[in-house]
Amino acid sequence: MNDDNRSIRVLLAKVGLDGHDRGVKIVARALRDAGMDVIYSGLHRTPEEVATAAMQEDVDILGVSILSGAHMTVIPKIMARLREESADDIIVTAGGVIPDEDIDKLHELGVQKILLQDTPPDEIVSSFRALVEARGER
Amino acid sequence: MPKPTPSLELVPQARAGNRRAMARLISRAEAGDDECRPALAELYRHSGRAHVVGITGVPGSGKSTLVQKLAQDIRASGRTVGVIAIDPSSPYSGGSILGDRVRMSELAADAGAFIRSMATRGTLGGLARASLDAVDILDAGGYDVILIETVGVGQDEVDIVKAGHTTVVVSAPGLGDDIQAIKAGVLEIADIHVVSKADRPDANRTVTELKGMLSMDLQPGADIWRCPVIATSVEPKSGIDDLLGAIDRHREHLASTGEIEQRRRQIAGNRIIKIAEEIVREDFERRRHGQFDDLLERVTGRRTDPYAAAVALLSALRENISHEQA
Repeated sequence: MNDDNRSIRVLLAKVGLDGHDRGVKIVARALRDAGMDVIYSGLHRTPEEVATAAMQEDVDILGVSILSGAHMTVIPKIMARLREESADDIIVTAGGVIPDEDIDKLHELGVQKILLQDTPPDEIVSSFRALVEARGER
Repeated sequence: MPKPTPSLELVPQARAGNRRAMARLISRAEAGDDECRPALAELYRHSGRAHVVGITGVPGSGKSTLVQKLAQDIRASGRTVGVIAIDPSSPYSGGSILGDRVRMSELAADAGAFIRSMATRGTLGGLARASLDAVDILDAGGYDVILIETVGVGQDEVDIVKAGHTTVVVSAPGLGDDIQAIKAGVLEIADIHVVSKADRPDANRTVTELKGMLSMDLQPGADIWRCPVIATSVEPKSGIDDLLGAIDRHREHLASTGEIEQRRRQIAGNRIIKIAEEIVREDFERRRHGQFDDLLERVTGRRTDPYAAAVALLSALRENISHEQA
C-alpha cells in the first residue's frame, strides 16, 4: 500500500459564537496541500458536536480554532465529551488568540499543541505530522 | 504507547452498535490495511439488513443539505441512519477538504445518526471499495438506512450509485444545460428524481423537463417502477416527506417484485470486479518499472507506438509472473 492510503485526517472546528473563519480556512488549505484529509465543521458548533464529529470521523487530530477568548470554557467541554465517547486518543490542538497565561492550563487539560495566530502554515503542517508520528499506530 | 486493538476484537463491539469501534474500522478499511480484512469479512457476513440509498447530482445541486433533511426525517420516523459523504481529493496533493459535514450540523448531536466523510483519493475503485466497506460496517452496526452522498457528476459516482438499492438523482433548477449534459449518464440510473431548491421560480420548468424526458420510456405494466420527480425545498421545508415516502415505496417495490435480489447480485458483482481490478492495477504498478523506462524512451522517440509498447509491457509482466510461479 502506498502512503496516500494513510493520509492524516484532521477535523478543524469553530466553536461557539466565534465567527472568524478566515484563519481556519487558510490552515485547511495548507493541510490539504500537504496531502491531509481535512474535515471542516463550519461555524458556531457546540463543543459536544465537535467532539462527536471527531469520534465519528475518527480523525487523528482535532484542531480547535478560537479567536473569541472562550477557550477556557469550550476546551474542557470538548475534552470531557471525547472521554465520554472513548475517543480520548484523538490528538487535540488549539489555535488562534490564546493568552500566555492560559497555555499551561490548556496543556494540563490535555491539549497537546497550541499554535498561536502568527504560526506559519508550514509549521502547522510539520507539527501535525510530528504529533501523529509520536502517537504511533492506533 | 498502547498497542492498537486488533480489528477482529472491534467486530463484536461494532455489531453491538459501538460507534467508536465502527469509526476505527472505517479508517482501517480506508487505509486498506490487510490486518482488517478478516474483520471486514466477518462484518460483511452480518450485513445486508440496511436499505442503502445512493444520492448523486451535479455539484452545487444541494445534495448535502438534502441529505441532512432527509436523515432528520428518517430519524423522526423512528429509524437510525448512517451517512457516507464523499468529496473529491486534490489531484495534486492527494489531500482534501471535506465540507459536506458543514451542512449536516443538525445531525451532529444525534446518537441515532452517524456521519462519515470520505475522500475519493483519486484511485479508481478505491472510492467504491472503502465506501462500501463503510456501508457494510454501518449496516452490521445496526443502522436502518444508509445514505451515500457522492461527489458531483462524473464516472465515479455512476459506479458508486450502482452500490445503492435505491438511487436518487438531484437536479437543481436553472441548470438546463447540465441536465442535457448528464442525460445519457446519471439521469438514467435514477430510481427517484429530485429537483432541489423548489422555492426558486424556475424549478417548475426543471420538473416539467424531467417528467417529459421520463414519459418517453414509460412501459405499460403494474410491476414497473415509475420513477417519480419530486420537488424539494429546505427553506421553507417542503417535499422531503415525499422523498422519504418515495424511497420507502421503492424499497417495498424491490421487495414485492423480487427485484431486490437482482440488485444485490449486481452490487456484489460490481464489488468483486472493482476489487479485482484494483488488485491487478496495484500489482501492475509494482511490477512495471523495469521494462517501462525502456519502452517509454522508444515511444517518445517514435521508434515504436504506444499500443505495441503496452502489449510488450504486459507480455513481459506475464513472463515474470509465470517465472515466479514456476
